[in-house]
Amino acid sequence: MHRIIRNIRVMDPGDGFDAVTDLAIADGRIVARGPLPADFQAEEVLDGTGLIACPGFVETSFQGHTPGHGRDGDLASELRAAVAGGVTQVLLRPDTLPVADTPAVLQEQRAVAGHLALARVHLAGALTTQLQGVALTEMAGLMESGAIVFSQAKKPVASAALLRLALSYAADLGRPVLLHGEEPELAAHGVMHEGRLSIRLGLIGRPVAAEQIGVQRDIAIAALSGCPIHFPHLSTAAAVAEVAAARQRGEPVSCGVSIHHLLLTEQDVGFFNLHAKILPPLRTAADRDALRHALAAGAITAISSDHCPWGVDREGMTFIQAPFGIAAVEWLLPLALRLVEEGVVNLMTILRLLSIGPAQALGLTPPSLAVGATADLCIFDPESRFMVEPTQGWSRGRNLPYGQWELRGQVRFTLVAGRVIFRS
Amino acid sequence: MSATLRFGEGNLQYDAQGRLRHLLSTEGLRERELLQILDTAESFLSIANRSVKKTPTLRGRTIANLFFENSTRTRSTFELAAKRLSADVLNIAVSTSSASKGESLTDMIDNLMAMQVDGFVIRHPEAGAAHLVARHLGDSALVVNAGDGQHAHPTQALLDVFTIRRLGGPIEDRVVAIVGDVFHSRVARSQIHALSVLGCPEIRVIGPRTLVPEELSALGVHVYHDLQAGLRGVDVICALRLQRERMESHRLPSLDEFHRRFGLTPERLQWAEPGALVLHPGPMNRGVEIASEVADGAQAVILQQVAHGLAVRMAVLAILAGAVGGV
Repeated sequence: MHRIIRNIRVMDPGDGFDAVTDLAIADGRIVARGPLPADFQAEEVLDGTGLIACPGFVETSFQGHTPGHGRDGDLASELRAAVAGGVTQVLLRPDTLPVADTPAVLQEQRAVAGHLALARVHLAGALTTQLQGVALTEMAGLMESGAIVFSQAKKPVASAALLRLALSYAADLGRPVLLHGEEPELAAHGVMHEGRLSIRLGLIGRPVAAEQIGVQRDIAIAALSGCPIHFPHLSTAAAVAEVAAARQRGEPVSCGVSIHHLLLTEQDVGFFNLHAKILPPLRTAADRDALRHALAAGAITAISSDHCPWGVDREGMTFIQAPFGIAAVEWLLPLALRLVEEGVVNLMTILRLLSIGPAQALGLTPPSLAVGATADLCIFDPESRFMVEPTQGWSRGRNLPYGQWELRGQVRFTLVAGRVIFRS
Repeated sequence: MSATLRFGEGNLQYDAQGRLRHLLSTEGLRERELLQILDTAESFLSIANRSVKKTPTLRGRTIANLFFENSTRTRSTFELAAKRLSADVLNIAVSTSSASKGESLTDMIDNLMAMQVDGFVIRHPEAGAAHLVARHLGDSALVVNAGDGQHAHPTQALLDVFTIRRLGGPIEDRVVAIVGDVFHSRVARSQIHALSVLGCPEIRVIGPRTLVPEELSALGVHVYHDLQAGLRGVDVICALRLQRERMESHRLPSLDEFHRRFGLTPERLQWAEPGALVLHPGPMNRGVEIASEVADGAQAVILQQVAHGLAVRMAVLAILAGAVGGV
């Protein structure tokens, strides 16, 4: 399929290209960015007037509930939500049912994803069996079944000795490890940020110190092993400072942040609002502002939607019982554009944080719109305004705190390998 | 966009016309509602002294007492309160085993709604349970929080301020100290908010740092870790029940050690103002947070609290049911 997108603003954070021009796509690749080859024949010509084309987004934390029981969504429903959000690559979280700690589970995920042919699906093998932090998984076997990284999802490895061995073993295999940096005993039973609001509500909190200590420890252990590590979702200024210091020392450590921690605070929990229950928890306004600052300063290199859908059943649960998570991958771009509107970072930087940054954290080839690159792209209308209607989304998740938010920047097309997998 | 409007809900306790429809927490209540409850309770108090202890206020209405946690005092005073108002009362003690059959809280509420229940009194071990039910029901039935985890116990706090107002004088010039396990106490949280709204000039919390963390000052209270310093100049002492679980979670070395530092004894009572009132929400651990000589002494008003609890709960049910004139 040959395609031309005419008169579109092309923004490529890979090489800083930013101009209104034409894009030509053939055989799944970008063949021209600018003047088209004279003999180029397209089967479809899209008018890109007023739209922006950028590399497709890469999601580092995606709960697809596959394998799983299906009532809270599955890869089919959730990948449709992802591509509607301009996401072209996702990394599945390994905390599925059962846990992705054996080749069989990864093979199932790969088969389902291949059949759907929506976004590119990357697999994470569990770093430890059942994510329990007690025994190593068969990492080489998981790699043979498609694992590109090893991950602990939202579970810290309590034993420092086992973490050292796991990271050393993973280092041999040359794959990065994704960690949830948190001291488990200090955070035990916590359902929100420990602070004024948790005191008021009588809920057990997770102190800032738990994340700080966890991240500090994981960085020190990673230094012993030489294994590159990534924290996909940090929430505190203290922990991000630990990562920034390690990067200064030249250690292979990076971190990302969820869009929720950049937009919301503990105050959004209000009186037990389930939609604001996530892990790590929403923190104070001071932490949110520090995360924004770290984003601008380059200490945080990726933004994630930390997609985790839960269906209507969760709405009948108390705040303590309800599982953690927000499902908002479909609105990742317009939510992130709020940061541009508020002057936190510029548009090119946001596009980098949604695409190149997360790809690098996962050891993937950074997506690009340069000639010859794979045509994975998102085309959006930066000016169109709309209201978020949670029940109208593609995801089966109903757990998002953005209902009735007015946002700007709707995704119009999503292309994977030159194929249009979403259009609106 | 404000944090509360963002989720499309304001204060759940009020209906669209600003009338109190649920009592979930003393936090966010206005002074006029608190005073209305206290004044209404005064009028109900006299009913207890009549030979016929009933009013027709809630005749034909059904109140369900839904208790997911053990309780003697609270459950029986709520039951009696509803009966004295002539309501039909459904008492449901949900043992932990039947709750674990898998029925969700909201499903249980829906089933009771199918039986035309007009109001729910709910005690639950988890913070936020009453809010969940109120959010689920909206205006279709009233909800009274009879204790949710470590969050709130508004009727207990109301009966405490009622007791202080009746027996200890105007709250606007009383110094009140809450002593013991404040961190885990829904009673203390609700007392603090109620006292603040009613203009209490100084609220203190006293106890070891493991049970009275500095962060409590965010609630607008003064934090003390020394009983003698904390009791100086105090007019009202609210003791709290100390749970045995606090020993298991290593927040305290032993009950004796707690008594040694923070137990209320006749000698220590002297550190407060002469004649200071002593309140306790019950059940008491004699010899732990309170010595028998104090519990049974002239300054204790613990049994009056129970009698007041009945009147206050009648007032709350009558007001929420719209049976007593709006504010």
